[in-house]
Amino acid sequence: MALCMILLPLLMAAIALLIPVGRGRPWRPWLFPLTAVTQMTLVVITLAGGTLTGIGLGWLDAGVSGDWLVLDPPGRIVLLQVSVLYLFCSFYAVGYLRYRKETANRVFCACLLAFLGAMNLVVWSHHLGVMWVAVEATTLVTAPLIYFRRTRESIEATWKYLLVGSVGIAMALLGTYFLAYSLVHVGLGAPLTMEGLLAHAPQLSKPWVQAAFVLLLVGYGTKMGLAPMHTWKPDAYGEAPGVVGALLAGGVTSCAFLVLVRVTHICQAAGEGVLTSRLLLFLGLFSMIVAAMFMAAQRDFKRLLAYSSVEHMGILALGLGLGGPALFGTMLHVLTNGLTKGVLFLSAGNIHRAYGSKSTDQVRGVFRRLPLSGTLFFLGFLAITGSPPFGPFISEFAILTGSFQLGRFAVGGAFLVLLLVVFIGMSRTVLRAVQGRPPVTAGGSAPVRETLLTILPPALLMLLVLLLGVIIPAPLDALLKDAAAYMNSLPGPGLGGLP
Amino acid sequence: MNMASLLNSILVVVLVMNLFALGASRVHAVIRIVAAQGAILGLIPLLAPQHLTIPALLMVVAAMGIKGAVIPGIMMRALRDAALKREVEPLIGRLPSTILGAAATLLALLFAGQLPLAGPHDVVLLVPASMATVLVGFILLTTRYTALNQIVGYLVLENGIFIFGMLLVEAMPLMVELGVLLDLVVGIFVICIIVNHINRAFSSLDTRQLSSLKE
Repeated sequence: MALCMILLPLLMAAIALLIPVGRGRPWRPWLFPLTAVTQMTLVVITLAGGTLTGIGLGWLDAGVSGDWLVLDPPGRIVLLQVSVLYLFCSFYAVGYLRYRKETANRVFCACLLAFLGAMNLVVWSHHLGVMWVAVEATTLVTAPLIYFRRTRESIEATWKYLLVGSVGIAMALLGTYFLAYSLVHVGLGAPLTMEGLLAHAPQLSKPWVQAAFVLLLVGYGTKMGLAPMHTWKPDAYGEAPGVVGALLAGGVTSCAFLVLVRVTHICQAAGEGVLTSRLLLFLGLFSMIVAAMFMAAQRDFKRLLAYSSVEHMGILALGLGLGGPALFGTMLHVLTNGLTKGVLFLSAGNIHRAYGSKSTDQVRGVFRRLPLSGTLFFLGFLAITGSPPFGPFISEFAILTGSFQLGRFAVGGAFLVLLLVVFIGMSRTVLRAVQGRPPVTAGGSAPVRETLLTILPPALLMLLVLLLGVIIPAPLDALLKDAAAYMNSLPGPGLGGLP
Repeated sequence: MNMASLLNSILVVVLVMNLFALGASRVHAVIRIVAAQGAILGLIPLLAPQHLTIPALLMVVAAMGIKGAVIPGIMMRALRDAALKREVEPLIGRLPSTILGAAATLLALLFAGQLPLAGPHDVVLLVPASMATVLVGFILLTTRYTALNQIVGYLVLENGIFIFGMLLVEAMPLMVELGVLLDLVVGIFVICIIVNHINRAFSSLDTRQLSSLKE
């Protein structure tokens, strides 16, 4: 199953490259929905406990190394979230590229398809080295996506994204090597797989584990966009097309967080729980503070969403740092944040296109001009700031309750205050954009039509976010509890935490 | 001469090359120095005869080819396309940054003495050399203004990490090492394409021009 999920998007990317340049342009984007629907089918089969053999495709699984590609419980959540988001984005992308008929889309299509393969590899990989290669691959295939518009600003954004991302990820490689050395130092020849590291965790050399965690946190924290390593984020999200922004904010960040979850799990098993928790809480709260500060006076609504992403990565780090009872909410937040980011970026893309601007100086009266996109953007804003009855409210509430159960009242209190500050800051920009009268000049005189392909995907995502706020279906609840239990378990002699 | 002292002499050469990279004034020269550094580093696995297997030899060939030839080739091409007219003075002058690099090397030597090392690794300079090279990479990255010089900084940083990887010949499977190298090549390739576009859009490789996106 793993190999199939990783190679299928790459195969599709190759097909996208092979389709003739000129004539293929209109129908090349249809490869996205094709790939995404197949992926979703495979994910449903996997999560239901099925295998490829069960559907008569067992031969595709032949020759897969047993311990390198394993789907652990937190991986299941991220796989589900990324696949659902990609499914809706794939249809939106078809609609989006119809507006860009004159632009060559061969590289864009190939990269967006390969991107799914790279994310699948992150989710499935259970070897720290493979995980690193996969995360770096997500950076490289997304760079041309940010550069799609070919403006001076998008070059600048891509350059910063590549340079900051590459240096950050280099730190993660050094951290991975340090962790490997913590094995070598005590004379263990175990492989760098999750199983190998967890089984020997208590014997690992402590100073090397500590140094490794700091480097890995900085490295993968850069990919997540935790402050102060977030500097690439507003630029990249601001200049990338909406659909790319959605997949960066809901895909790359979730994958990077998943790797951080696994690394933290190993370091906790090695007896460094106090250090990991302290650092994660600090970076989490710091990210929320930085995001709140920069959101307060933000006029550019796409950069606003980028800072919102910084904030929510902070929430995830905070939840992971709290651990224990907060983990259920944290894993749920991966899901709710990822899907809500989809709603926000896709509807923001529609608004940006209609107005030709992303500053609230020009963008006014979206409710009147683009009633559907405006409503979705507004609902997405309510959801992401944790208003009931949407999904993020439930997940943030669960993290808050977790912090109180742990007796971390100061952390819980700060979390609550920061959520409130962010709500106020974000509402100013959003309300400025959606209310009032649209300026007469912006976007010419031709009325902007909202098409089905660019409205239905964010609308359905919004519906999912609402449903997650009302009810968490039993199978999903079981997946989340599994993930939390896995992250809470401390494997080692006699404890037997691995499933 | 035994293996450990031979390895140490190679690492000293690598450290000296760091300082040359900091002091060199033309981008051509800096790229060549880093290419030579990468090629020398690729040789190190040959010094451990007990590990001389077919995969290890493959790794030596891949590392030397990629760090010594492929990546410098891509960068030289980008440099030719950019038709660089003049060098931009770095934030910190070349002599001061060389002195800074020497200080960083000294610090790395002192700091590495504090870290616990497995028995056979105690005598070799791998850990301090790795840290010094990473630090020099950071100095290059943060004090240079032109895009290609910054990429060189990133390569020096990667070389530093590569040196550390030499301690892990047993722990890291060949597949992963090759994956790391592949990512590096593709990364440099993508970055050089962007550099080319920067040059076309801004008629310069000075990254201070990239400053329109800010709060």
